[in-house]
Amino acid sequence: MQRRWSDRRIKSVALQTVFLAAVVGLTAYAIDNIADNLRARGVGSGFDFLDATAGFKIGFLLIEYSELSSYGRAFVVGVLNTLLVSAIGIVLATALGFAIGLARLSSNWLVARLAGAYVEILRNLPLLLQIFFWYFAVLRALPGPRQSLELGGLGFLNNRGLYLTTPVPGEGGMLVLGAFVVVLVAGLVWWRRVRASGGNAPVGWYVAAAVVVVPVAVAFLAGFSMTWDRPALRGFNLAGGTALTPELIALVLSLSTYTAAFIAENVRGGVLAVARGQSEAAAALGLSRGQALRYVVVPQALRVILPPLASQFLNLTKNSSLAAAIAYPDLISVFAGTVLNQTGQAIEVIALVMAVYLTVSLTISAAVNLYNRRVTRA
Amino acid sequence: MTLHTATRAFVSTLAVGIALTLGPTSARAGETFDQVKQRGMLHCGVSEGLPGFSNPDDKGNWKGLDVEFCRAVAAAIIGDASKVRFTPLSARQRFEVLRARDIDILSRNTTWTQSRDTALGFDFVGITFYDGQGFMVRREIKVMGVKQLDGATVCLNIGSSTELNLADYFRANRLKYTPVQFERSDEAFAAYVAGRCDAYTTDISGLVAQRSKLGDADAHVILPDVISKEPLGPVVRHGDAEWTDLARWTFYAMLNAEELGITAGNVDELKAKSQNPEVRRLLGVEGQFGKNLGLSEDWAFNIVKQVGNYGEVFDRNLGPASPLKLERGLNRLWTEGGLQYAPPVR
Repeated sequence: MQRRWSDRRIKSVALQTVFLAAVVGLTAYAIDNIADNLRARGVGSGFDFLDATAGFKIGFLLIEYSELSSYGRAFVVGVLNTLLVSAIGIVLATALGFAIGLARLSSNWLVARLAGAYVEILRNLPLLLQIFFWYFAVLRALPGPRQSLELGGLGFLNNRGLYLTTPVPGEGGMLVLGAFVVVLVAGLVWWRRVRASGGNAPVGWYVAAAVVVVPVAVAFLAGFSMTWDRPALRGFNLAGGTALTPELIALVLSLSTYTAAFIAENVRGGVLAVARGQSEAAAALGLSRGQALRYVVVPQALRVILPPLASQFLNLTKNSSLAAAIAYPDLISVFAGTVLNQTGQAIEVIALVMAVYLTVSLTISAAVNLYNRRVTRA
Repeated sequence: MTLHTATRAFVSTLAVGIALTLGPTSARAGETFDQVKQRGMLHCGVSEGLPGFSNPDDKGNWKGLDVEFCRAVAAAIIGDASKVRFTPLSARQRFEVLRARDIDILSRNTTWTQSRDTALGFDFVGITFYDGQGFMVRREIKVMGVKQLDGATVCLNIGSSTELNLADYFRANRLKYTPVQFERSDEAFAAYVAGRCDAYTTDISGLVAQRSKLGDADAHVILPDVISKEPLGPVVRHGDAEWTDLARWTFYAMLNAEELGITAGNVDELKAKSQNPEVRRLLGVEGQFGKNLGLSEDWAFNIVKQVGNYGEVFDRNLGPASPLKLERGLNRLWTEGGLQYAPPVR
């Protein structure tokens, strides 16, 4: 027995060694091959190009960037734009997905059918088609900059984007912001403590009131003043305020409505997975339908909903790479598009882009898993 | 060094079959030439649809100057201008696809620049079309020149030299602008038409081509300013001299044919009767210029017979016989005051 066991072990070790050697050897060969091919065609390699001047402009920015910035800076611009569209998309898709998912289970025939139609139409049409639909529908429906729609002092809407009047804090701005953050954090801690100890005082309302009252009081005491940056027509376009481009709006709309259709199905599946007896028991205890859903059904359904929900978040993030089709300057458009074309450093550029998507995806995964563990433990 | 060699030797004995799939180690001179000849089919990269250069007609046949250049190459090496497989490529994809050997030649209104010729690892065959970057605006905004576009929003497509020229020109002239960069030029133009941008910019030939698709073409004007040199030409991989030579001399044969007055219509007659030594050399009656290129002696005859000379190709795709009606301009022969000039066949 002893002999045969060790025989098998030796055999398995030998096999694994050979396999590992083959993998290592092939990888080495591939790398060598790539290096040879690049050298033969006179293509440089390495990440030095990141310091070189980019020379091109980008139309939508979250940080300072100009033609004189480096390719490295353009990379950061692309990453931030991708994160922005993914973050907004995930929040909207989740909210809409939950609403549609629950609506599909409604006892109201019309509501349930409408939600069903939404899911079947949105998830069965190619995403790229929906992106183009939203983009050109948005563009064509809106007037030019000279005929902008005025949104009652809030800003303007035209086919160049949504221009919002933006508050510009004067002196004491940081103090007011600080007060807001401190009160909000303290309030949340207090609220959790009260709930954890089983109390049901209306703490939420107290916190909400304090979050408004305290910063206003601080602003008053500090002599805080605030001005408004209003968009105005200058030359060809509106200038000033905060501008949201039609590309961003169309991309967020299409990504969130599309992904919401899938999330709705996850939610419906999760709710249906909760045994019927649970809601009957809740009803027997005198809970209303809303309360039963909130305190009994959804917490149990979450365990089923969360894992596939994470995949939907990942899908949305990855689908945001279709942005280049409608000129939203995301990571793919800026870095794997313009920069790759100018430098020709395909391997380095694509490796960086893959590293970013992988990092973002793994972070989302980890965050949802963490939340899932907490929910399942409770 | 020894480790390096050892690794290679080890791997090649271990996995000959798999190693083959990883591709050849380096480009051998004449490799593409041999492959195309053996395959009997030229793989040619073109645009996704630019009237006059490469655009499928309503029956799905590719038409245009860039398309006909590939046909001419096929006529020279295979003897049959129809033996071409066209692959439509976006501006962004084109160089990687050429580098990955999915196509033998890229004939896709591509601007010859120093970095593309060197760092990117390619060679340009010649300048088949002298172009320049221009702007299109709506007539109603009453802009007469590019300098009046301060603060404008400009639609264009990603991954082209257009992007850099635009940035350079506006920076040099202290003008502000907002770029809106699309993956494909069709969407960029559609967005301009839908009012997203004040101006649309690309090479002037492209502006004329895109405008010709509009129902209300008169509502748009092409500004007189030309902000860059855009020498467009076919591209091949660097390091395959035989293949580059063949592509280059295909182009020169088309130019020389025009200069010598050889057309698709009279080429048979001239081959049989002409006493002009230049005509006789080009059409393979005298000398062995085909052999120099590794081709049969009727290589240039096939080009002219099956495709035509440069002037014929220009006229039916871009010039008077086309919907674009572009001026020949810089693309006239040197004998007529243009820049098109081919070295002699001798």
